Amino acid sequence: MTLLAVDNITVRYGRLTALRGISLTIEAGEVLFVTGPNGAGKSTLLNAIAGVVPPISGSITMDGAEVVGTPPEQVARLGFSLVPEGRNVFGGLSIEENLKVGAGMRTDRSKIAGDRASIYDEFPMLAARRHTPAGMLSGGQQQMLVIGRALMTSPRLMAIDEPSLGLAPKIIDQVYEILMRLRAQRNLTLLIVEQSSARALMTGGRMMLLRGGRIVLEGAAGDMVKDERLKQAYFGFGDH
Amino acid sequence: MTELLQIVFDALSLGSLYALGALGIALIFGVMRLVNFAHGDFIAFCVFAMLWPSINAAAIVFAGNLPFYLLVPLLLLVGAALSVLSEVIVFRRFRNANPATMMIASFALGFAIRNLLLMLYSSRPKSITLWPSLSLPVEVFGARIPMLQVVTITLTLVVLAALTLFIKRTRYGLEMRAAADNFTMARMLGVRANSVILLAFAISGMMAAAIGLILATNSGTADINMGANVMLIAFIATVIGGLGSLPGAVAAGFLIGAASVVLQATLPHDARVFRDAFVYGAVIVVLLLRPQGLFAPKSAKQRV
Repeated sequence: MTLLAVDNITVRYGRLTALRGISLTIEAGEVLFVTGPNGAGKSTLLNAIAGVVPPISGSITMDGAEVVGTPPEQVARLGFSLVPEGRNVFGGLSIEENLKVGAGMRTDRSKIAGDRASIYDEFPMLAARRHTPAGMLSGGQQQMLVIGRALMTSPRLMAIDEPSLGLAPKIIDQVYEILMRLRAQRNLTLLIVEQSSARALMTGGRMMLLRGGRIVLEGAAGDMVKDERLKQAYFGFGDH
Repeated sequence: MTELLQIVFDALSLGSLYALGALGIALIFGVMRLVNFAHGDFIAFCVFAMLWPSINAAAIVFAGNLPFYLLVPLLLLVGAALSVLSEVIVFRRFRNANPATMMIASFALGFAIRNLLLMLYSSRPKSITLWPSLSLPVEVFGARIPMLQVVTITLTLVVLAALTLFIKRTRYGLEMRAAADNFTMARMLGVRANSVILLAFAISGMMAAAIGLILATNSGTADINMGANVMLIAFIATVIGGLGSLPGAVAAGFLIGAASVVLQATLPHDARVFRDAFVYGAVIVVLLLRPQGLFAPKSAKQRV
């Protein structure tokens, strides 16, 4: 079943075109990596889906419902949860309050406390410091918190923008281990954006390479390892 | 001793006024980075809402004749409605504009409100007697304190406690704090932008009405410019408190109130007329030492 369908969207910031006619689909339950060098338009793609940056043309549908022109709070209600780059915890709010904000729009209110408990099970160090202001946490802890907060929205599709940014390699391993476990447990669909393709190649799933606002390469991550075009795309020898 | 107590009560009641004003400004600034300079005119509007439109000097009291348990809620409602209407009619159009544009829009709105009042009521201040019994003094530890001061301070503390509870303990309060911290992120988690902003405007409008009531009871007059002075000091309090910090705004409001009263009492007689110059001088020193304000919120730095 196709969960998300992006059809030929173009996004401009003033005179700068960030995305030029991108199309992609995400099937329920799969992991899609979108990778590419700085300025390729990866974050813009996520923001367009989230309803933060409106495309000037094209359509985005989440489970059949049109997303373009819908405000972010409505897109969230369709089941799309974005963990943006730089984590964005609510620094003045405690860990627990951050998680509560994530659950604010849910209608199945009786399940919220249980979900919060299961997130504390998953991230014990969040449980231990649940009344600490989130701004006091380390980068790795904040990354765990925003993943937990996104889960509290009970998403069907979770997108994460550069989860490894600014984290130590050991912590990055941990983050991915948790993501993959959550995916298996909750049948989550994941859209992960990373600058480097290495993590996608390690983790598996489907991969898409963005460059200059276009998709230049697409396929199963496993097949990409040997693909010369991957290297070329980063170093700029490829066609664009 | 009694003189000291008198000063304490003066400081607290003046500080209450500034704290309520600063809170009204900080609430809206928190969620939409708007410094609402029309806030002072909201205050005046609420006061005039108690009078029947007329250009005579003798005011024809209209809603002001109601018993207090009807008048207070009615006036709070007027303040909230005016504030919410301002958001829907004016500020919503500037939601994505830069803060300077929004600020100028608020000046324009304030101007429009002031001129509307001018048209309906003329520029002559009107006398208005709300609760004469409140000006009678009560004895507190031997000092004779006007009842109004006691009421003002008590009410302010009640309002502050209620607002704190609301913001800390309810889902809407939580959403307001999240939105003030990072608006886009809050929206991506499903927090409805319009609801949060309308709520902030409604509460802010009620604060304006409360100030209007206190001012009108205190001075016994309704004057079109009566909100301007409070607004100016309240704005300064929000800046000193660290723009966007609610506790900071309240603390700074009380601080400025206390500074004014203490200076008034301690300055040599000839210098008292320049009291405000000393207060503003202190403000400048504070801002030079701590440009981010005394209690800058963490979110102020990383706001995009």
